[in-house]
Amino acid sequence: MATTPRRKPRSAKSSEVPDTEELVRYYRDMLLIRRFEEKAGQLYGMGLIGGFCHLYIGQEAVVVGMQAAALEGVDTVITSYRDHGHMLACGMDPKGVMAELTGRIGGYSKGKGGSMHMFSLEKGFFGGHGIVGAQIPLGTGLGFAHQYSGDGGVCFAYMGDGAVNQGQVYESFNMAALWKLPVVYVIENNKYGMGTSVERASASTALYERGTAYGIPGAPVDGMDILTVRDAALEAAEHARSGKGPYILEANTYRYRGHSMSDPAKYRSKEEVSKMRTEHDPIDQLKAKLLELNAIDEAGLKEIDREVKVIVTEAAEFSQNSPEPDPSELYTDILVDA
Amino acid sequence: MPITVLMPALSPTMTEGKLAKWLKKEGDAIAAGDIIAEIETDKATMEFEAVDEGVLGKILVAEGTEGVAVNAAIAVLLLEGEDASAADAAAAPAPVAAPAAAQAPVAAAPVAVAAAPVSVPVAAGTVEPFQPEVLTTTAYTTTDIPEKTYDKFVRMTVREALRDAMAEEMRRDDAVFLMGEEVAQYQGAYKVSQGLLDEFGPRRVIDTPITEMGFAGLATGAAFKGLRPIVEFMTFNFSMQAIDHVINSAAKTLYMAGGKMGCPIVFRGPNGAAARVAAQHSQCYASWYAHCPGLKVLAPWSAADAKGLLKAAIRDPNPVVFLENEMLYGQSFDVPDDPDFVLPIGKAKIERAGKDVTIVTYSRMVGTSLEAADLLAAEGIDAEVINLRSIRPLDVPTILASVKKTNRCISVEEGWPYAGIGSEISAVVTESAFDYLDAPVRRVTGIDVPMPYAVNLEKMVLPDAKRIADAAKAVCYKA
Repeated sequence: MATTPRRKPRSAKSSEVPDTEELVRYYRDMLLIRRFEEKAGQLYGMGLIGGFCHLYIGQEAVVVGMQAAALEGVDTVITSYRDHGHMLACGMDPKGVMAELTGRIGGYSKGKGGSMHMFSLEKGFFGGHGIVGAQIPLGTGLGFAHQYSGDGGVCFAYMGDGAVNQGQVYESFNMAALWKLPVVYVIENNKYGMGTSVERASASTALYERGTAYGIPGAPVDGMDILTVRDAALEAAEHARSGKGPYILEANTYRYRGHSMSDPAKYRSKEEVSKMRTEHDPIDQLKAKLLELNAIDEAGLKEIDREVKVIVTEAAEFSQNSPEPDPSELYTDILVDA
Repeated sequence: MPITVLMPALSPTMTEGKLAKWLKKEGDAIAAGDIIAEIETDKATMEFEAVDEGVLGKILVAEGTEGVAVNAAIAVLLLEGEDASAADAAAAPAPVAAPAAAQAPVAAAPVAVAAAPVSVPVAAGTVEPFQPEVLTTTAYTTTDIPEKTYDKFVRMTVREALRDAMAEEMRRDDAVFLMGEEVAQYQGAYKVSQGLLDEFGPRRVIDTPITEMGFAGLATGAAFKGLRPIVEFMTFNFSMQAIDHVINSAAKTLYMAGGKMGCPIVFRGPNGAAARVAAQHSQCYASWYAHCPGLKVLAPWSAADAKGLLKAAIRDPNPVVFLENEMLYGQSFDVPDDPDFVLPIGKAKIERAGKDVTIVTYSRMVGTSLEAADLLAAEGIDAEVINLRSIRPLDVPTILASVKKTNRCISVEEGWPYAGIGSEISAVVTESAFDYLDAPVRRVTGIDVPMPYAVNLEKMVLPDAKRIADAAKAVCYKA
């Protein structure tokens, strides 16, 4: 964990309790990501998904909480390669996402992009980028486009704790602050950039302070608690939307799985993983809260489980039944016909 | 129905592994996410998590077993309400069929779709369709492209032509904007954007900090969202700071998105050698960028090229790398006086017709090659000079038609010889017009050294009219 003293993260208790329907929706959205990723891991194990496959399990509260502050049809989202959760949270079709993972024609990119490269202009999702940190100037450009067109939108640009040491991140921070671009930078600090802990990679581990030199406000947030994330997201988005410029949120979170599928995760102890899973799981925490608030009963939760299971099963079936791209697809989409 | 648990592939290259240890025993309740076994892959020992909830009904592969094939059944998981007899029944049938991915049919040989997709109108011209020997998709123009002719002209410098092209396109489309170092208040480091800030204001003519990777990426992101940025690199030497965005972000996204999201952007600025600025500021990037599918690469010589091609580049829905030359900015040429003047991308221009030898060149070397043609004419050799204008796509039909007429060909460029544009021209002529050649294709290039500063050494590096004429004479066997 971080060695630098941190500001006290906001507590969920301080926030107004949102209506229960909304809470239940967060639960469902997080559960969908969890079950989808578990299924993706399983399909990988069966050889149906190849190459890199970076699972989001454990981090679900971050993107679902952030999306609670997004204006549908206006705001934009961009992230790096651990991206399936962001796609689902943006409302992209699980079938299209899973079929892209299996490299089939029914995938979002017709099987030509894979796990790290999917896009949906309709849902405001701009990828899915495989070069660590490159999504940050790109996302800053989305913020620029929001400002240029005056559409009132905000770009949520996500990066991991590994990307924060890329130079282009600071080039972006500088321009975003200089031009007051509507961008919320979300640092998903899951403690490890591949196998290197934050402490071994960053001279200063208070990542939310990385915009200080540019006058960009930043705040740490408990990324395992969806209501805390949601409150921080609302504040950050409001700041960016109102013309005050960018905002940095450092969501402290945890990935349960390895960096990608072939990572045995020897750089951390089993106890550390197990402690996060049992004491801080974002889905279990919200489940307990829902029951405590009488927002839903056990039968209702079971019904959501069942519904999510059906969606994921159908996505998995679609991803296996959708044909591989026709050989002629090799030669399409290189250039747009002028 | 009980669930058959299969041996997982836990690395991209694993085909079999050792079932090192069971962490659950028969009869144990299992929740999704529980670690049920440890498996040794070809790379490491991995934990294997359950995806489904149930009771471990039967273990089919004992711990310690080596060489367990991926997708072999290793256990049976009982669902709620099922008993052990169901596990026995489920264990009986053969393992689930191997996944499709493992038996994917090898794609049909690409020849079947050869000569594909450069989408240019087919003209009823005299040039026969070009069938590349080496399959490419967008690197070559494959058919003759029609080009309009004009009868009224105005004289202007390359600098003015570039400025006018940007101004006209910015008047035409609010999504077009110019961004770069010193493009606004300073009016351009080389005064190419003179007057644009006054006309279009700071919203559309934007001074950036010195932050090439940042603003190239920012503009690429803005293009994803539908804006049409013109990014000025003060010189292309500095584009190396930004090359990841030019190639990985701008050029590849359309393909990676299955055609769903493109990147209409122009990266422009002076390229190649200036004068007395040494190695880091004197380099030709034509071959670097022309190598990459997903990009178009243009290199104007005259003011008409500059105006017509820059307008085409700004209107093009693809990322375009637009290579100017500082030494040409002040040179004046006739430019068609027509508000609709635009040049087609992928169309070379025969600047001087001739019958004895073909000189294929681009950018500033077009002028030097025309000087060489004058030297050659004095010795009775009639050279044809082709100004490529477009490096990618390369107008192969025009090159081949010329070579079939002259039977001799040289290429001329400022850039280095190794894997240069001349190498490509030599290859395509050899592959597609070998029987027409009376001599091997010869390349005239910049010398294969970093650019020196000293005036005498610098002069030795770049091709001059005499070096070009000597090469032309050599392929005419008149040296």
